[in-house]
Amino acid sequence: MTAVLENPATEPKAGAVPSFEVTLRIRRYNPESEHGEESTWDDFTVQVHGTDRVLDALHMIKWEQDGSLTFRRSCAHGVCGSDAMRINGRNRLACKTLLKDVNPDKPITVEPIKGLPVVKDLVVDMEPFFASYREIMPFLITSGNEPTRERLQSAEDRERFDDTTKCILCAACTSSCPVFWTDGQYFGPAAIVNAHRFIFDSRDEGATQRLEILNDKEGVWRCRTTFNCTEACPRGIEVTKAIQEVKRAMITRAF
Amino acid sequence: MQTHQYDVVIVGAGGAGMRAALEASGEARTAVISKLYPTRSHTGAAQGGMAAALANVEEDNWEWHTFDTVKGGDYLVDQDAAEILAKEAIDSVLDLEKMGLPFNRTPEGRIDQRRFGGHTREHGQAAVRRACYAADRTGHMILQTLYQNCVKQNVEFYNEFYVLDLLTDHDLTTEQIEDGAEVNATGVVAYDLASGEIHVFQAKAIIFATGGAGKIFKTTSNAHTLTGDGMALAYRRGLPLEDMEFFQFHPTGLAGLGILLSEAARGEGGILRNSDGERFMERYAPTIKDLAPRDIVARSMANEVREGRGAGPNKDYVLLDLTHLEPAHIDAKLPDITEFARTYLGIEPYTEPVPVYPTAHYAMGGVPTNIQGEVLRDSHNVVKGLYAAGEVACVSVHGSNRLGTNSLLDINVFGKRAGRSAAAYAKTAGPHRELPENPTARVEAQLAEMRDRPDGERVADVRKALQETMDANAQVFRTGDSLNEALAEIRELQKRYRNVSVQDKGKLFNTDLLEAIELGFLLDIAEVTVVAALNRKESRGGHYREDYPDRDDANYMLHTMAYRRPTSAPDAGDGHVPGYFDHVEDFGDYKVVLGSKPVIQTRYEPMERKY
Repeated sequence: MTAVLENPATEPKAGAVPSFEVTLRIRRYNPESEHGEESTWDDFTVQVHGTDRVLDALHMIKWEQDGSLTFRRSCAHGVCGSDAMRINGRNRLACKTLLKDVNPDKPITVEPIKGLPVVKDLVVDMEPFFASYREIMPFLITSGNEPTRERLQSAEDRERFDDTTKCILCAACTSSCPVFWTDGQYFGPAAIVNAHRFIFDSRDEGATQRLEILNDKEGVWRCRTTFNCTEACPRGIEVTKAIQEVKRAMITRAF
Repeated sequence: MQTHQYDVVIVGAGGAGMRAALEASGEARTAVISKLYPTRSHTGAAQGGMAAALANVEEDNWEWHTFDTVKGGDYLVDQDAAEILAKEAIDSVLDLEKMGLPFNRTPEGRIDQRRFGGHTREHGQAAVRRACYAADRTGHMILQTLYQNCVKQNVEFYNEFYVLDLLTDHDLTTEQIEDGAEVNATGVVAYDLASGEIHVFQAKAIIFATGGAGKIFKTTSNAHTLTGDGMALAYRRGLPLEDMEFFQFHPTGLAGLGILLSEAARGEGGILRNSDGERFMERYAPTIKDLAPRDIVARSMANEVREGRGAGPNKDYVLLDLTHLEPAHIDAKLPDITEFARTYLGIEPYTEPVPVYPTAHYAMGGVPTNIQGEVLRDSHNVVKGLYAAGEVACVSVHGSNRLGTNSLLDINVFGKRAGRSAAAYAKTAGPHRELPENPTARVEAQLAEMRDRPDGERVADVRKALQETMDANAQVFRTGDSLNEALAEIRELQKRYRNVSVQDKGKLFNTDLLEAIELGFLLDIAEVTVVAALNRKESRGGHYREDYPDRDDANYMLHTMAYRRPTSAPDAGDGHVPGYFDHVEDFGDYKVVLGSKPVIQTRYEPMERKY
């Protein structure tokens, strides 16, 4: 999935980037503050450039206006998965969302991802998310002696699960899922994506165990195919398709 | 305050830390402490590949790989370590495949390999396919695979804990410690970001795997979190830092942003061009051209721009041309980096060349270790129970310039070694050693002072000034004058740092406070980098002095060892070589004492470096 410029012909190239003003309307929550358990909205206006991302604006606010604004970030180019947040009502990575692409004429709303407990401002407790991930046995399961050299795998077999190897565990998909919002016990798309990555790996022998886990009442059958997850994935993984493939495998393979 | 006891404590959950954890956790009670969540570490941003002479696609062997590593590092590499790196590379890659890493495959189903800068057959004859890879997401796959296996092995993690002090049973900054006398590491002090609480981890063995310090520069491929924490903690506690003057600038950062575009782009056939469309690397490295080592390519690019052949409206970058490659080939081999070009610069790499410029990428130097991963407290004595691996460490397999794909290799080979050594040591070390009295006093005072300072300068202003002076004065080209300017400014910034304050005074998830602490690490690392760079009056690998453009083996075929000491302490570092390495930079509040360590040569005599 790629952010595409609306009108590339008129966009200036790097080196001559225009600057403009944008306002971020940020959902704040800090139990230590005067607002206690109440969350509030704060507006901040900053001067940004054409190549700046939402993360750059958040940094400008934190570094120049309000040091207490709290969010996670690390790599800043969409590979570490730290800064998934809800930007104008859609889950995205702040470091991968260019400000000019999210209608900077109006205030841009920034909120924490939904369905996980908010710790402070844009930071949520990721532990329930990682707990679901760990439950689906996200590791290669094999039996017998290891080969001396590498296991062989054809290029086609490798390609079969390529899409789901791209997952960076940012939780954008899981926290965009209406089923997950109403039922925090649901494994969620990310855990299923990571199960898919192994179920369709020709070297793996643990598919039956994983399918049994996902056949649980909080497993794949809860998916209502709303495609929110696919739209939310910053890595362009076809999440809903992967979930469908796991469902199909459950019918054809396991039981 | 909470106290924990483990046999082995690993600081950092990137590639080296988790590789170590997989070795140690089966053998000894082990905890991994990371300031991030495990899969957030910057190993995941590595793209192009991991070198190993598997010879899956063409003739290759570990001896050629060793030679390339030594030559690539401009002969400042310790050759015994490079030989281990190249030999154990093969098992390291096979280990990862067996753990489940989805490598790209050859038509026969073996691990596929591709070309990368500086990796050659028959000692420089031509480029060789040595990099094992998974598209341009090799680091991502390594990080995910290692974490998956940590889940499998039930490795215990402390996530979002910042280690802020290293505890030892001797004060190395003030005590005169005899040659051969025993010094032990006893634990670390950590800050739990979520609660603001202090935790003490008492351990028999501690492994530092905290990564690099790229944020001393403005233009960098490094994550915001790469602030040299482990290096700075060791340095402040009196341990030396080795070869800090050698910092790698990766040739192909996205212009203006620094985001990494893998060398694999050139391995797959990409070409660098100047504003005239000329393939200028033909002039600088006639044999392997665009696949010359990174220091050479970065300097060549900077030189093109300096001589007016840069592209773009400001003539301040060069172009990475992939337009002659098939889009299907690009999609299969380089999907992520082409997407970076689209997302961040709005450039379509199928049809347009991508603007690129060198970006600060990798610290060749770091905490000195021997080949078992044990940390050295001078040129030859170890600290018992203290280990380091990965970018924080200096073994030294990279010498003055690291070859591409050798760092994913380094974290696996030496992460594994450090994990094994630490667990083996912990098993025989007897009971835990006593912690110093009031072990958290220093960290608590430091945090309280920073949090309670009512009003002062902003952290971001000091950090920005630091990063700008480092980019302007200590980047690809350096001179005595530029480095002196950088040092003067850093000294000024060190003073201003004493007056910075944070706005967030809370206990919960106070990233404002931790950014301020990290800035202190950055200042110390930048300072020692510049002091070491000033002292090395030669050009070698990633360190290029325009006032001393030649390599000078007669005087400088030595590793730099930099020690921070109180002004009142005697100057003697390790006194290994008189002359060059008796330099002392006294700042009044403390001084930096430079010592040395011999370079280990086994097979290869230093030669002129030509490609």
